[in-house]
Amino acid sequence: MNDSLSLSALTPLLPEIFLAVAGLALLVVGVVREQRHGLCAMCRAVAFCFVLACVFMLGLDWHRTVALNGMFVMDQFAGVMKFMILGGLLISVVLGEKYLAQEGLARFEYPLLILFAGLGMMVMVSANHMLVAYMGLELQSLSLYVLAAFRRGHGKSSEAGIKYFLLGALASGFLLFGMSLIYGYTGALSFDGISHVLRASGEGALALPALVGMVFIIIGIAFKISAVPFHMWTPDVYEGAAGSVTALFAIVPKVAAMGLLLRILFAVFEPAQDQWQQIMWLLSMGSMLVGAFGALAQTNIKRLMAYSSINHMGYALIGVVAASQTGVAGVIFYMMVYMLMAAGVFAVVLMMRRGGIALRETTDLAGLGLRNPAIAYAMAILMFSMAGIPPMAGFFCKMFVFQAAIAEGFYVLSVVGVLTTAVAAFYYLRIIKIMFFDKPAEALDQDFGFGRRAVLLGSVLFVVLFILNPDVLIEISRSAAAAVMVAP
Amino acid sequence: MVSDSFLMDYLPILVFLVVAGGMAVLMIAASLIVGLRRPDKDKLAAYECGFDAFSDARSKFDVRFYLVAILFIIFDLEIAFLFPWAVTLGDIGLFGFWSMMVFLGVLTVGFIYEWKKGALEWE
Repeated sequence: MNDSLSLSALTPLLPEIFLAVAGLALLVVGVVREQRHGLCAMCRAVAFCFVLACVFMLGLDWHRTVALNGMFVMDQFAGVMKFMILGGLLISVVLGEKYLAQEGLARFEYPLLILFAGLGMMVMVSANHMLVAYMGLELQSLSLYVLAAFRRGHGKSSEAGIKYFLLGALASGFLLFGMSLIYGYTGALSFDGISHVLRASGEGALALPALVGMVFIIIGIAFKISAVPFHMWTPDVYEGAAGSVTALFAIVPKVAAMGLLLRILFAVFEPAQDQWQQIMWLLSMGSMLVGAFGALAQTNIKRLMAYSSINHMGYALIGVVAASQTGVAGVIFYMMVYMLMAAGVFAVVLMMRRGGIALRETTDLAGLGLRNPAIAYAMAILMFSMAGIPPMAGFFCKMFVFQAAIAEGFYVLSVVGVLTTAVAAFYYLRIIKIMFFDKPAEALDQDFGFGRRAVLLGSVLFVVLFILNPDVLIEISRSAAAAVMVAP
Repeated sequence: MVSDSFLMDYLPILVFLVVAGGMAVLMIAASLIVGLRRPDKDKLAAYECGFDAFSDARSKFDVRFYLVAILFIIFDLEIAFLFPWAVTLGDIGLFGFWSMMVFLGVLTVGFIYEWKKGALEWE
């Protein structure tokens, strides 16, 4: 076993190893020559590392290969997920660079924490072993706990950090407890081993201990994607964390957690599909309802986006419930589109500053249509897309998952999904109304910086132009879905 | 392997749990129901080695104590990790050697960080 380790066996891990080494090196560089403009240089270095890691990803063999004695798997699914993660991280670093300087939070640790969180996420989606999955999840979570409390002099930010940490630790406990039950029942921790034992023990229902273990594992991950009823932390953490950190939370960690969820459901608990479908049905239904109705009363834009993200996770989970290849492709596609839409919306949220102070309320957007028409129209397009109005990209990702659900006969879920879309459209459209029809407030600070403008422009272009060539992303999602659903 | 019969091995533990819980509940309930209660100021005071309580126990203390404790634990664990490694180094070979070197490298980076950040200075 030990002798089998040669350097070539580590090839599938190349992007991860590179990020880890680069992160450690940058940490030393950063702390040795800490200076006033440290954040800017560090942000660029970390962004460059993400781009390089993407290049490494392209050079890898995307056919299913396992490494580290079967603990780590690299396949089409992991590749696509990692690309999304790296892209999201890149966006959030770009968004944060100038914002943090304006907020007086220019500390060089910020991009490095994002880098280490990203490393954890990449390990999560490539895990082929319960312990590796847990390790990735913890590396990601610990970095994010610190980021949530990054505005450390600020009461709400500390509250967000503590809340996120306590509930996250609880979720990790659930996850570990589930893993230990599964281990006690099957005697295996590797995904291949567990699914082998479960499949051998007969078709249909899981035995009770394995079922309890599965439920606990699902709970642990459902916390990370903030599916109802494990969503309680989301609005508070989104509200308390610094703006660019909230953007990061909204964009990336959910992609990674969704990747891990898909992998565990389809590669490990595939024999228990009937049983986890019921759990996913409840999570999806709850998230859609709470996300839609909870947001109606929110005036804080970050809390509004928190409920909106809960709502969107509900739609994405519809695809998981359908459990067909179209459904899973729909989930992956939904996550892509959601990530890019949310990036644009948060670019606007981070632009909301007046007199050097970050604004929080939706009413602060009043009159944006007069003062900054370009941004107002961009935001309006993004809001239409979030609400799922054709021909924006946000419409197609919803259509995709609803189609999959109807093909599998989940009519109630689809109908509730469409109805909650209508409810959610109310608060998206209200933002447009505030921007264009309310009594104008004073103009925003014009000092937006290149990063936020670029992200906003890219996001709007994607949302609008997606319809011209939709096949590319859909085909990528399909191939990734096929890879994760192949029984090993 | 796949059956519920192994759960039977845990039956004594379950019995033990029930008995322990039952005893605890019984004792508390008995003292609540039968016990004689005449509270006065001295009886209700916090017990502190026979002295009168000096002050509230929830006082603030310097966060540096916490920092030192955390830093201590990291290197304490490192030693706990190094001992079995050193004993088995002959068996685990080069692979084991380099695994530990990677671990120590990561730890050293953390050490450089905390040193430069001034976590080791008391003033």
